[in-house]
Amino acid sequence: MANTTIAKKPDIQHTNPISRSLLAKLDYDQLTNCMRCGFCLPACPTFRETGVEPESPRGRIALMKAAVDGLMEPDQQFIDQMNNCFGCRACEPACPADVKYGQLIEQARDAIEDHSPHGLPIKAIRKAAFKGLFPNRSMWKLVGGSLAFYQKSGLQKIARGMGIMKMFPQALREMEGILPEASSQGVVERLGTFYPAKGKPIAKAALFKGCIMDVMFAGTNVNTVELLSHAGFDVYMPKGQVCCGALHAHSGEMDDARELAKKNIAVFKELGVDYIVSNAGGCGALLVEYDHLLHNDEQWKEDSKWFAERVIDVSALVMEKGRVPSFEEPKKEEEQETVRITYQDSCHLRNVMKSSDAPRKLMKSVGNVQYIEMNESDRCCGSAGIYNVTHPEMAGQVLEHKMVHANDTSAQYMLTSNPGCLLQMKLGIEKHKPEKPMKAMHIVDFLHERIVGAEQEKN
Amino acid sequence: MLNELVVKRLKAIVGDTYFRTDQEALIAHSYDGTPMLQSLPEGVIYPDNTEQVSEIMKVLSEYKIPLVTRGSGSNLCGGTVPSLGGIVMVMHRMNRMLEVDEENLTATVQTGMITQQFTTHIESLGLFYPPDPSSMKISTIGGNIAECSGGLRGLKYGTTKDYVIGLTAVLPNGSILRTGGKLMKDVAGYDLTKLLVGSEGTLAVITEAILKLVPPPKTKKTMIAMYKDLYGAARTVSKIIENKIIPATLEILDNPTIRVVDDFAKLGLNRDMEAILIIEQDGDPEMVERDIALITEICKAEKADGVQVAANREEAEKLLTARRSAFTALARLRPTTMLEDATVPRSKIADMVHRINEIAKKYNVTIATFGHAGDGNLHPTATTDARDHEEVHRVEQAFAEIFEAAIELGGTITGEHGVGIVKAPYLEWKVGEAGIEVMKGIKAAFDPHNLMNPNKIFAKETRKRVVVQHG
Repeated sequence: MANTTIAKKPDIQHTNPISRSLLAKLDYDQLTNCMRCGFCLPACPTFRETGVEPESPRGRIALMKAAVDGLMEPDQQFIDQMNNCFGCRACEPACPADVKYGQLIEQARDAIEDHSPHGLPIKAIRKAAFKGLFPNRSMWKLVGGSLAFYQKSGLQKIARGMGIMKMFPQALREMEGILPEASSQGVVERLGTFYPAKGKPIAKAALFKGCIMDVMFAGTNVNTVELLSHAGFDVYMPKGQVCCGALHAHSGEMDDARELAKKNIAVFKELGVDYIVSNAGGCGALLVEYDHLLHNDEQWKEDSKWFAERVIDVSALVMEKGRVPSFEEPKKEEEQETVRITYQDSCHLRNVMKSSDAPRKLMKSVGNVQYIEMNESDRCCGSAGIYNVTHPEMAGQVLEHKMVHANDTSAQYMLTSNPGCLLQMKLGIEKHKPEKPMKAMHIVDFLHERIVGAEQEKN
Repeated sequence: MLNELVVKRLKAIVGDTYFRTDQEALIAHSYDGTPMLQSLPEGVIYPDNTEQVSEIMKVLSEYKIPLVTRGSGSNLCGGTVPSLGGIVMVMHRMNRMLEVDEENLTATVQTGMITQQFTTHIESLGLFYPPDPSSMKISTIGGNIAECSGGLRGLKYGTTKDYVIGLTAVLPNGSILRTGGKLMKDVAGYDLTKLLVGSEGTLAVITEAILKLVPPPKTKKTMIAMYKDLYGAARTVSKIIENKIIPATLEILDNPTIRVVDDFAKLGLNRDMEAILIIEQDGDPEMVERDIALITEICKAEKADGVQVAANREEAEKLLTARRSAFTALARLRPTTMLEDATVPRSKIADMVHRINEIAKKYNVTIATFGHAGDGNLHPTATTDARDHEEVHRVEQAFAEIFEAAIELGGTITGEHGVGIVKAPYLEWKVGEAGIEVMKGIKAAFDPHNLMNPNKIFAKETRKRVVVQHG
């Protein structure tokens, strides 16, 4: 008996420009759907750290609605509060009313970005990063090349020794210490654009290689392709794919995110694959919501739906649709202690792509390995895209708590499913030094090294 | 606007960080879990201990500033909406477990502690605190005490009031009152402990509580019974009690609730059933087996369409999840969810469900009903849209009539959510003129200047009764 005559949005002419944008961009139905039960509060990392209501999803939604309703003028504090959110979306599975908080926070940031109060230097950096670096493959290769040169040439050592890194903010300096070796040789340069299935092909899978993944973790991309091949998939690595746009969307650069989405959809649609495989939860979560990202665009509606339906995480595809290879930790000696491994969920993989069982099943299937569930493995590690760079203090607190649980597992390997989480766990290990040595790895790399029979094939 | 001197004095008590008057803090403390209620406070304060609360109250009394105490703001009666402005006091910082006394089986806690953190800790010590309101993941012990929260185990184990045996509370003038103690018997004067439990923040700020613990039941078994006929389910409830079985949990979900819960929790429930009973018994294994067997027979005799006993804890938890998420899952139907807690003697549960259905039809509104059938405590829940004023008005009329029906059947307007703002206009229907007078007298004795959560419990005007007839 829904009454169709009711006004969906308040009829207000805001004088404040941010309020106007918020009114235009926020989904007022979603704001109304929040019934303020408070069930999201215990799931929220910033609420947990601070214990104050505005730092919670319910609080932030109330602030958004108050601004739209004209109950308040959005000020700098409002803007900061919208940016304080990790975007981990742990509140969404906790929400019984199914409020799309992730969409609301992105809409709010988008509205804020329309009237960006960033000073010139910050704007320039954002512009360089979002318009130049992330979308641009060749730029990334250049970055990869120069990073690799910087690392290999010994300049890294000299720079560290001279304290050049001290000129960078603490958070960046810490990250610099744990950055992996970058490479200008991405997955396509190493394997080409097609890699056949071992045995009878089950389906056509295309790798979404990602920008950071393909420069910082090109090896993981290669291993992903080989793992998929072992599991029975023909793997395509189409050229022309660009950055997923996740960091843009999370930062309110929605138009840029949409442009990137269209480029990617076009590339994969042309190839006509069965699955679009992500090995980075952060990318996958946006890819799987391309249909929502473009829901107002009639021209792209159908294709974006086609794309979103095919997006799947590598663990889920191998576990649920593939021929799961046998994995085994090689036993070097009889008396060898069982290898202990644990796992940090990628928030976006868990809360948005809803994949938390598949990686665990894969890890538990590895022979001679004991899987230990880390307490609160489902909670954000504090990486949250570039949050650890923009909000180092809060991210640092969260990481500190995370490492207490990590240490309790006494695991030798800390596995993750997303590059941001992986770097954050490396940072955590570096900063908080577990009693027993612990190595952070991408789950794909760990599994790839333990595929039974893979070595013989190579020989 | 608060006087500058007041701001200065309050900041001096708690420190600059813990007294806020900024826009964000005011907005974020202007609401609670109740739909369509919002009102801005003038300041938000976060005390750390009882002494600070006492100092704060002295300042507020001196300047006659109203105070709303709150935990997580998950209540459903508008109990923590600062409808007259003033200061909101958030108890979250006072979240320490002060003592678990295993000799006396008591726990002493600060009231800002989250209920689930409390029960998890208590259970890790091999002890048991039974009250389990559906909001326990986020509600605080203090909020539970203020509203006298119930929960799924109320039938067998009672509600919050049965477990609070001592309190530390700060009166409006700043005096610190200590009631009760680690005592199972105590008749020294009026029972102020019980008076403060359920007082909805209108008498004092409760800062610490001594809670009674019990040994945990050895085993627990969970079952469900499904009915094509709602009245068969209601009769089953009465029959179980008649057979002198008091189950730990005896919950009912009606058809609209079943559908919504199934969507939410993906439990694979039969969506055509008119009612599901969720029944739990705990205790010694032989007794549990015997009771569950007998209950199964009763269900079948009352023409249950399917009876299923959970094989293990995992299955049982799934069934309980269905019930626990019922309220919030209903919010998926429409944007606004209005949930009440009219309660009748359990022998009248079938009549009450029947009346609710008739009333919903009369006003052409959607009302799903679930609740603690064993307690006679039903949650008729209307799904609507706050932006549709005409429909919301019909929902309000329907609820007024539901309250009337409950009272006619010998029941009450609220079983466990409290009166707050929402049910204040109906309170006199339940307690009568004399009841209101006595309550107002008690309020005045504690709070002569009406500073403690004003505008709650007592309405300016009592609603006219919809139907004037007494059985």
